Amino acid sequence: MLDQTEGYVTADGRKIGGVVMDMRNITLRFGGVEAIKNISFDIREGEIRAIIGPNGAGKSSMLNVISGFYVPQEGEVWFHGAKRPQMKPYQVAQQGIARTFQNIALFEGMTVLDNVMTGRLNNMKTNLLQQAFWRGAAEREEVENREICEKVIDFLEIQHIRKTPVSRLPYGLKKRVELARALASEPKLLLLDEPMAGMNVEEKEDMSRFILSVNDEFGTTIALIEHDMGVVMDLSDRVVVMDYGKKIGDGTPDEVRNNQDVIDAYLGVSHD
Amino acid sequence: MSDTLIFSMEVFLNGLMAGVLYALVALGFVLIYKASGIFNYAQGVMALFAALTLVGIMDGQVPFSHLINAALGTDIHHFGWHVPAFIGIILSMGVMVILAWIVQKVIFRHLVGQEPIILFMATIGLAYFMEGLGDIMWGSDIKKLDVGLPQGINIAIDEVTYGIFGYGFFIDNLDIVATVIAALLVGVLVIFSQYTKQGRAMRAVADDHQAALSVGINLNFIWVMVWSVAGFVALVAGIMWGTKSGVQFSLSLIALKALPVLMLGGFTSIPGAIVGGLIIGVGEKLFEFLVGPMIGGATENWFAYVLALIFLVFRPQGLFGEKIIERV
Repeated sequence: MLDQTEGYVTADGRKIGGVVMDMRNITLRFGGVEAIKNISFDIREGEIRAIIGPNGAGKSSMLNVISGFYVPQEGEVWFHGAKRPQMKPYQVAQQGIARTFQNIALFEGMTVLDNVMTGRLNNMKTNLLQQAFWRGAAEREEVENREICEKVIDFLEIQHIRKTPVSRLPYGLKKRVELARALASEPKLLLLDEPMAGMNVEEKEDMSRFILSVNDEFGTTIALIEHDMGVVMDLSDRVVVMDYGKKIGDGTPDEVRNNQDVIDAYLGVSHD
Repeated sequence: MSDTLIFSMEVFLNGLMAGVLYALVALGFVLIYKASGIFNYAQGVMALFAALTLVGIMDGQVPFSHLINAALGTDIHHFGWHVPAFIGIILSMGVMVILAWIVQKVIFRHLVGQEPIILFMATIGLAYFMEGLGDIMWGSDIKKLDVGLPQGINIAIDEVTYGIFGYGFFIDNLDIVATVIAALLVGVLVIFSQYTKQGRAMRAVADDHQAALSVGINLNFIWVMVWSVAGFVALVAGIMWGTKSGVQFSLSLIALKALPVLMLGGFTSIPGAIVGGLIIGVGEKLFEFLVGPMIGGATENWFAYVLALIFLVFRPQGLFGEKIIERV
């Protein structure tokens, strides 16, 4: 079993640090429906953490709790060793938690570059007056932020569409632009809601490669939701399994794969 | 050159100038509609309220003086000072920002995610409330507004055109100033939205609320900002109309003329608001001049609406609006 205080070393030799995000006894209700029932789990620095489960298990709800879009009725969210007070989604984002959405939420009317630049809004400190006169600080800041964005754009191999309005892009590329926007903010924690939903095999491979290299290159802590079991098992260091709002498994991909509850609930039938 | 053609040219130019004022009001509509999906029926009243406030501040009127006098039995109306136009405009802008903040805080913050029709109804309520507020604060009499803008016939244009056509065009100096200011205003708005951080955030909010939240944009702040900018545009429009025809409550009716402008230009396009305003301005003046006498005149009252109706039938998204594509 994993060491709960000190971190661990993964099978491929990456060192995982202390707890970044700690969800304690989270319960979320919509009216009479309990979408999340008393779930606790943590996310450690530098790891790729997956949340899996059948449709309606409450995975997206959990991600929405982490990113502040939903407020749980019970439970505590601890971020970087401090209990997080109730926050608006934009405040959570300002704390360094970036996310993507299941149904892509991009600024369709803007170019790819502009979209990625919005990811840096919170890192820009100059005020309107400085910007109005466009001198010194404001200009330097724009250039610095632009450079970071260009780096991310290069990294995700979307240079060729930098100036294209997002509305004209195919689905797979939109997903990548959304990831670029989230990455541009240099997040402490990156949340991906079904990054590979609706993609073909080739696109899935590309996306998996990007997720791995983001984690590897920038050391970004990533929590993701995914349906594709094969992908999840390959990508993630630890997996939380949810079913009907309850946590039914938590551990390394191997542990989860051999967990009888998980096999029963999620896979339905066991396969060899 | 025939007389009709020469007169038509003069009418055309005057129409352009009138169109600039329509465009200014329409611009305020577009700003708020783009950023929050609210069709702000109160935009015209905001122009009125801004102009009333400006006159009140410049003349040193005591706000709510009737109310105070009635309650306390006093008889105060003026502070006895006069504020220079420039400072008056800055103070009025401050009032419009406070108003924007109150509107967001008290009304629209609680209506986030509601149906467009509910938001629209709220702005109708806001319009009547502000009309009443303007009345109670500053009184309902027609006021003269003079911020030092030049008025009267432009002699240079008169002489030049006389030299060419043997007939001097009558172009009001105020109209020329209004055109220049409107052009500057649009330029500033474009630069603001394209090249500043707040402008980028504003465009982001206009595009997708959820995505904007996820990159850390405070929606409430942006909406207050947008209402403030719309308040500023209303102030400019109010100054122009107020200087031209006095600050009176019929000013709020110009909002209705902005409706056909928006249908022509599209509800989401800033260039559309400008071009739409110009087309309506020129169209109604030329139509009145050329066709009006044949059908009994007074066409200016309905021309804009009929034109808008034609657009609704053949091009409902307007000239520049986003094309409506329904996926099946």
